[in-house]
Amino acid sequence: MKSTFKHKFLSQWELQVMVWPSIILMIVFSFVPMFGLTIAFQDYSPLSGFAGSEFVGLDNFKAFLGDKDFYTVLTNTLGISLMKLLIGFPLEIVLAILINQIRLGLFKKFTQTVSYLPHFLSWVILGGMITSWLGSTGLLNSFLLSTHLISEPLSFLSNANAYWWIATLSDIWKEVGWGTILYLAAITGIDPSLYEAAKVDGAKILKRIWYVTLPGIKNIIVLMFLLRVGSILGANLDQTLVLQNSSNMLRSEVIDSYVYHLGLAQGDFSFATAVGIFSSVVSVTLLLVANFLTKKLSDSSIF
Amino acid sequence: MGLDRGEKIFNVFNVLFMLFFISIIVFPLINIVALSFNNGYDAMKGGIYLFPRKFTLVNYETILKDTTIYRAFGVTAAKTVIGVIGHLVITGAAAYALSKSYLLGRKIFIRMGIITMFFYGGMIPSFLVVKSLGLANNFWVYIIPVLFSFYDMVILMNFFRSLPESIEESAKIDGANVFQVFFKIIVPLSFPVLATIALFHGVYQWNDFFVAKLYVTDKALYPIQYYLYQLLTSAGAASSAKAGVYISKAFTTQSLQQATMIVTTLPIVLIYPFLQKYFISGMLVGGVKE
Repeated sequence: MKSTFKHKFLSQWELQVMVWPSIILMIVFSFVPMFGLTIAFQDYSPLSGFAGSEFVGLDNFKAFLGDKDFYTVLTNTLGISLMKLLIGFPLEIVLAILINQIRLGLFKKFTQTVSYLPHFLSWVILGGMITSWLGSTGLLNSFLLSTHLISEPLSFLSNANAYWWIATLSDIWKEVGWGTILYLAAITGIDPSLYEAAKVDGAKILKRIWYVTLPGIKNIIVLMFLLRVGSILGANLDQTLVLQNSSNMLRSEVIDSYVYHLGLAQGDFSFATAVGIFSSVVSVTLLLVANFLTKKLSDSSIF
Repeated sequence: MGLDRGEKIFNVFNVLFMLFFISIIVFPLINIVALSFNNGYDAMKGGIYLFPRKFTLVNYETILKDTTIYRAFGVTAAKTVIGVIGHLVITGAAAYALSKSYLLGRKIFIRMGIITMFFYGGMIPSFLVVKSLGLANNFWVYIIPVLFSFYDMVILMNFFRSLPESIEESAKIDGANVFQVFFKIIVPLSFPVLATIALFHGVYQWNDFFVAKLYVTDKALYPIQYYLYQLLTSAGAASSAKAGVYISKAFTTQSLQQATMIVTTLPIVLIYPFLQKYFISGMLVGGVKE
């Protein structure tokens, strides 16, 4: 038995050489950090290290669950994510359907090219652009002043109450076009004879979209919805870091940036890791619940 | 079949809506281009939309005189090229090996990979691991942690499995070894899907600033995005505190930032239309990305 294993292994040594670097990378960068999560149950200090730090049980979890800052951060994360989900998600589907309806091939291609473009800009670039557009002499204020809608420039980015909208709309501006690609691909896969049949039955264009296109892409809609729900506590860290400032902090700090600030800027590794674990556990739970519900309601799901 | 009346009306509104949609994306971008070519002090009066009012090249001249920006460009170009090649070789090789059902340990590897998709060590433990490996302030911190992606591996593996076995067989009969088969037969046949993964990873490498923010304090290793990030975040404070420090009447911190944003984005904007057809077909092959 052992000799056949050895023989087999040696006969495929080239393939084994091809796969081992990846296994090692996965162990080092994915599995070792998973074991590192135990520092959430410690009072970790870089000086005494992983083995020497004191074990404190659930103290770190109790600490943030009793902290009112944590609830502000949680509210911000949920608020921004829900706004992105409620506005951005349907918009992607509508946009995909409308792009698909464009009859002129060249115009269609141009629309697609333009709509995907912002996805390729980094959040650093976009952060700079947004600051410029929303500045006191920027595009938006110039426009509003010249049309006499306002009499004095508004300071959007230092207004904490505007932050959720800025975060939501900038994310949609950047990603809505990109989000249409998969839906467009799914629409292309719909059997054209279904449209012909609907047309013969007298269905007008809106009815054809409602009764043929939407059911045709239902599975991909459910899949994308589930993925979004699963990542609801992961509001974009890059976006937060570039748009955040001291005056909008109260509405802009989200779980990921909170973990970053506490853990890496202030060095409270254990506390920040505990917050991170909380966020992951909630995300996986949400994904499972959403999966269960969609399975009940529509018999399509990931698992 | 012809168009009915409802459809014609629908199409008219659709085209108008698309023109509106395109302008919402394009006009703000042109606004930044216009500002980058405008005299900075003049721009502070506001009212610049799509064209510069006081045209000048001084913003570009000023930023291109600063040698640190070339260094940052060099770091970014290097990490993008090396990162993409490394990522494709490591992830692609694993995908090829795992596309063979007879590979010993295949099941264990796939199960481990699925675990990594659901459980993640998180920012802090990952940070401690990368630091303890001595990667901080080291160019390879940009490359090594992202050489392998299980997600990309699955996409490539599914593609490799769809290739006909017979081509490989005949090459093997002609005496080619596994590596020759991989590089001379599999890789050329997989060009669209490899190009897609390359584009995604390349864009990640080009755009990422967070790795540098976490691990790099050595200015010589700053990538262009982090250079810009620092320019943007420190400038807000600098421009209000030290207004009037600039002797030049031609540019402001803002106008320099705008020119830097354009210079940083230009390579992606130029290369992206050529790659568009690959990532669309590649996304179809891979199913869900992101």
